[in-house]
Amino acid sequence: MAMFIRIDLKEDAIAEAGAAAKLIEVCPVKIFAAGADDKSVSIIDDNVDECTLCDLCMEASPKGVKVVKLYEE
Amino acid sequence: MRFYEYESKKILAKYGIPFPKGGVAKTAEEAKNLAADLGGKVVVKAMVLTSSLTDRGTVREANGPDEAAKATEELLALKVGALTPVSVLVEEQVEVERELALQVTYDGVAKLPVMIASDVPRKNLDDVADDTPDRVKRRHFSTLHPMRAQTFRCKELVRSLGLGGSDLNRMTQVVSKLADAMLEYDLTVAEINALGQTKDGKFIALDVNMDMEEEGRFRQGALLEEFGIPMTETRGVRGEPTPMEREAQAIDADDPRGLISPFVEFDGNMGLVIGAGGGSLTIFDAVTRHGGKPANYAAIGGNPSVKKAQRLAKLVLSKEGVDKIAVMSNVVSNTRADLVARGVIKGVLELGLEPKEVITIFRCPGAWEADAFKILEKYGVDYCDRSVSLSEAAKRAVAKVQG
Amino acid sequence: MGILVHEDFRFIVQGITGREALNFTRECLNYGSKIIGGVTPGRGGREVYGVKVYDTVREITEQTRVDGSVITVPYQFAPDAAFEAIEAGIKEIIIITEGIQRKSAVEIIEFARQHGARVIGPNCLGVITPGVCRFGSLGGPADDCKRAFGAGCVGVMSRSGGMTTEISNALTLSGLGISTSVSIGGDPVVGSSYSDLMPLFEADEQTKAVVIYSEPGGPMEAQLAQWSKDNNSRLPIVAFVSGRFMDDMPGVSFGHAGTVVHRKVDSPAEKIRAMRAAGIAVADEIGDIPKLVKERIEAKGG
Ligand code: SF4
Repeated sequence: MAMFIRIDLKEDAIAEAGAAAKLIEVCPVKIFAAGADDKSVSIIDDNVDECTLCDLCMEASPKGVKVVKLYEE
Repeated sequence: MRFYEYESKKILAKYGIPFPKGGVAKTAEEAKNLAADLGGKVVVKAMVLTSSLTDRGTVREANGPDEAAKATEELLALKVGALTPVSVLVEEQVEVERELALQVTYDGVAKLPVMIASDVPRKNLDDVADDTPDRVKRRHFSTLHPMRAQTFRCKELVRSLGLGGSDLNRMTQVVSKLADAMLEYDLTVAEINALGQTKDGKFIALDVNMDMEEEGRFRQGALLEEFGIPMTETRGVRGEPTPMEREAQAIDADDPRGLISPFVEFDGNMGLVIGAGGGSLTIFDAVTRHGGKPANYAAIGGNPSVKKAQRLAKLVLSKEGVDKIAVMSNVVSNTRADLVARGVIKGVLELGLEPKEVITIFRCPGAWEADAFKILEKYGVDYCDRSVSLSEAAKRAVAKVQG
Repeated sequence: MGILVHEDFRFIVQGITGREALNFTRECLNYGSKIIGGVTPGRGGREVYGVKVYDTVREITEQTRVDGSVITVPYQFAPDAAFEAIEAGIKEIIIITEGIQRKSAVEIIEFARQHGARVIGPNCLGVITPGVCRFGSLGGPADDCKRAFGAGCVGVMSRSGGMTTEISNALTLSGLGISTSVSIGGDPVVGSSYSDLMPLFEADEQTKAVVIYSEPGGPMEAQLAQWSKDNNSRLPIVAFVSGRFMDDMPGVSFGHAGTVVHRKVDSPAEKIRAMRAAGIAVADEIGDIPKLVKERIEAKGG
């Protein structure tokens, strides 16, 4: 689906930092949704190419999230 | 958004401003019946939108039902600009002693609403003011106070027109109510272009004209519903929107992020994804100046989502005879070049086309251009930066389309 | 020097947690602007890029001096936000929000006038004095902004935010540079028109010429032409009028809400005529602007 952006998640780092809720809240284009439990998040594929590269998710969970620009690879 | 006169008069009714008895007819037969019910002489008015706010097309006087039917037939067959009348308004003919003109609108220079009155009726008030300035009186008023706290301003206006006695008090009420209507219903202009005064001194609105600001549509849902005007009815003087224009509106409505409107279809073969507001006007001028034949006008602004840019590109390319698009913009600061690039490339690819074949030029420098350039390079799309002026970019794109 | 802002200009952002506000708050900070607080009701106590968020404007103005506010709240809330800022004593108000009711825009402007405050916008992007202060979202990311707006001698006023940057960029590339650029807004009624701001440029020593970008619709160009005739200004003015293709399409709006032509005087052709008659140079192509400015400055002996 997404052609330009990929979001890499490290589930355990997110859970450890308790960052799931924060991720859902900070992303301005709703790329993160609630995961299986309240410690994890899932990715809404349809929204990934909308990523504004605002870095708020990576600030919220520096170890748990990485935003990759596919056009730079 | 323009109102037909019968709708404007429904607004007057809410404020108790009197107007002649009458009704709307869509056929000669209906008009005949209306005229019969009204009895006596009637006035038949074509309901059609024109580019001038004041001149709403043609009016006929008719003596009795048969004449009314004949007048209606003639009026409904008229061609006024791109439009034909949708119906006629049949009204009783009211005997009046004199006629005045009254308008409330906004004064963009003073940045205040203003009420304007004249003893020259049935003319464009701006023209009257140009030709005979002393016959047009103005009074600014305030948006911060309710009309009941500034009726004196209406009174001052009426007095300056030379009215006194009970005429003064009666007309003051009309002015104040009309101003109320303007503020309440998001009108940009509310005009009684012929305000008659009958023998017994009463004022009656003979000729009425109102325009609501376009954004008012979203706030005045109740009024539009009452009038039976669907949200999709555009009321443009260019006529009904084309299916492509409708589709563009739908795309805009689906997603609040950014705007791709206004979108207007033209006859040419060069698809335009251009923006934003002012940039679009400048680019469209530049394209036509260099001999290009635009297939459409589209403004992208307010930082549209990737999806929106994608759908816009697809829409433009779906038009018969359009196989190339130009993506051009002024130096952007809010709208992001990279998101636009993502969107248009995604749109082109979804149609199974090659971005580097289809996109003649991408000139969208500014916010996030470095990322945009990387994306464009990856897909081999011809792009230029800010050192290439808009006129130059338009020229290059036109040359490619014309091959 | 430039106009409206200065080295120590301190402002707040109302609606700071919105998508666009987040963007430009970060870019203003990167540019070096002094954003000393943000307001979003119900979000008090948070921080955005190190800027504290409050629930009310007064919580900020009671502690410290605030020179300006940038309003980016949704249109329904814009009048209230503007009243709040004005009543708290803020004097320079930029309203970025689009789609504000005409009545509400006038309410805000009236209220500001009564309180000695100035409104720029609505439907504008703000103000930049290069290297001094960026006040609003004009210019995009800080680095782009620095490229497009280089310090110099030309004042810019534009009814289109995007064209403010386009023209400023061309003037910067030509070596003339910018004293202050103001995106004045594209709505039919805006708080500050060309002729409202002309006296400020007139009083600014750095400014040697003024460029305006104009569009179909509205009386603002006729007003500037009149101003120009009435005031023997030291500043040459160069104008560009877009939307000439609309001359054949009365009653239709293509660009901003303000572009609809209802009256003869609103049309591009008539604006060009009136401005030329008042001694204002009107560029035929957008790319001609820098050349015309240079000629006019030389003609004035600058
Ligand atoms: S960078 Fe911003 S937009 Fe992208 S996923 Fe993270 S929070 Fe969402």
